Amino acid sequence: MQHEAIEKNIGLMGILIIIVISFGGLAEIVPLFFLKDTTEPVAGLKPYTALQLEGRDIYIREGCTTCHSQMIRPFRAETERYGHYSVAGEHVWEHPFLWGSKRTGPDLARVGGRYSDEWHRVHLINPRDVVPESNMPAFPWLEHKLIDSELTPEKLKAFKFLGVPYTDEDIAGASAAVEGKTELDAVVAYLQALGLALKDKR
Amino acid sequence: MTEFWNWWVIIIVAINILGCWGLLYWTRRIKESEEGETTGHVYDGIEEYNNPLPRWWLNMFYITLVFSIGYLVLYPGLGNFKGTLEWSMEGQHNNEVESAKRLYQPLFDKYADVPIAELAKIKQATEMGKRIFVNTCFGCHGSDARGNPGYPNLTDKDWLWGGSPEQLKHSIVNGRIGAMPPFGANLTASQVDELVNYVGQLSGNKVDEAKAAAGKATFDVQCFVCHGTDGKGNTSVGAPNLTDNIWLHGASKTAIADTIRNGRTGEMPPHKDILGDAKSHLVAAYVYSLSNQ
Repeated sequence: MQHEAIEKNIGLMGILIIIVISFGGLAEIVPLFFLKDTTEPVAGLKPYTALQLEGRDIYIREGCTTCHSQMIRPFRAETERYGHYSVAGEHVWEHPFLWGSKRTGPDLARVGGRYSDEWHRVHLINPRDVVPESNMPAFPWLEHKLIDSELTPEKLKAFKFLGVPYTDEDIAGASAAVEGKTELDAVVAYLQALGLALKDKR
Repeated sequence: MTEFWNWWVIIIVAINILGCWGLLYWTRRIKESEEGETTGHVYDGIEEYNNPLPRWWLNMFYITLVFSIGYLVLYPGLGNFKGTLEWSMEGQHNNEVESAKRLYQPLFDKYADVPIAELAKIKQATEMGKRIFVNTCFGCHGSDARGNPGYPNLTDKDWLWGGSPEQLKHSIVNGRIGAMPPFGANLTASQVDELVNYVGQLSGNKVDEAKAAAGKATFDVQCFVCHGTDGKGNTSVGAPNLTDNIWLHGASKTAIADTIRNGRTGEMPPHKDILGDAKSHLVAAYVYSLSNQ
């Protein structure tokens, strides 16, 4: 067989290309769908509350992942500063995950409980009020905009469909839980919930 | 990994390596065409030679195959086989942590039992504490420890929760939550104004004397429980001293009136899980050294 047999038969070439490029994925990715380490939540992991979930959406909307990662790598320089390295079991309910790949600001995977709620408010409205050296943009509009509570139950339902264990009560109470809350309240609630499952394990 | 996935990975990797080798071998066996022979296509006068792959280039492919086998023997890659080096990400991290511990633990041990007041005089200890401080505490207290509006300056002698070594360390390890309740509902606008004048007078500022005198009457009913009859505060509840002209939430009359009407909350998060005892000890020594030279 000459190579022109492949080069001149696009169907055969397509099949061979698919075989070649799928090998890596079959060996490296597919088994992860079936491993307990990567599919089961770590002990103590809690689904985000309705308010935290809304905060997560704002975190995505404002592009926080552009500058903040949520992935502590297993290097001492990182675990010393941020806490226990991130594990897959912490992210099984994240759709999509917000690991990010750029750190202009610090990693936020375990920022929960590190600062007070009030600090986060001041810091989000104008970071330079508490960290004069900061180059983070200010997000002053968050405190003036209210969460649209009508959509919240739908969001919880979508996550339930994807396997997050929300109960029917969670969904029924979702609107009430975010009623009258500002976007700032939601983001702060979200940030304070980050990384708590493995917080004490260092 | 279960037995099934173990073999799944091993077989795919083996097929991959053997397949690459087979492909190369097959390519090499193709009878070399005549030098200069073309494939026969012509596009805008451009033709393509039908020469075989250069030998050196093929040999580089073989080298990658040999490399992959060497790699799979040394490192984990074949299912559950851990590789003869037994390398793992966690293992590498733990080694890093262990070697850092060997390097730094003697230093932490050396200072663990030294009282904070003495530690504050040892340069190496305060330098260590400073490094930890600028990494962990800068967000609220600033990298120079001079604080921010709402977050206390740690370089002066004014302490909400006390500046003794024990009190400092307690604040760092266990955190503090201070709350001034809002008095807006209990006081009239003029009462608030009178109180603003009175606390201004306590700190030695120029105020309206008559209003201040009226404010003292309200103060002695509403405020003395936490701030004390003399206004010097109470470190057991984190009530600030009002006589030193240091204003955590703003010194202007508007800011003080706002504090009285709406209250304030201050929260220092506990750091026992973040820093642990040895580091908290050093940070306490550094902070103590800032106001006790």
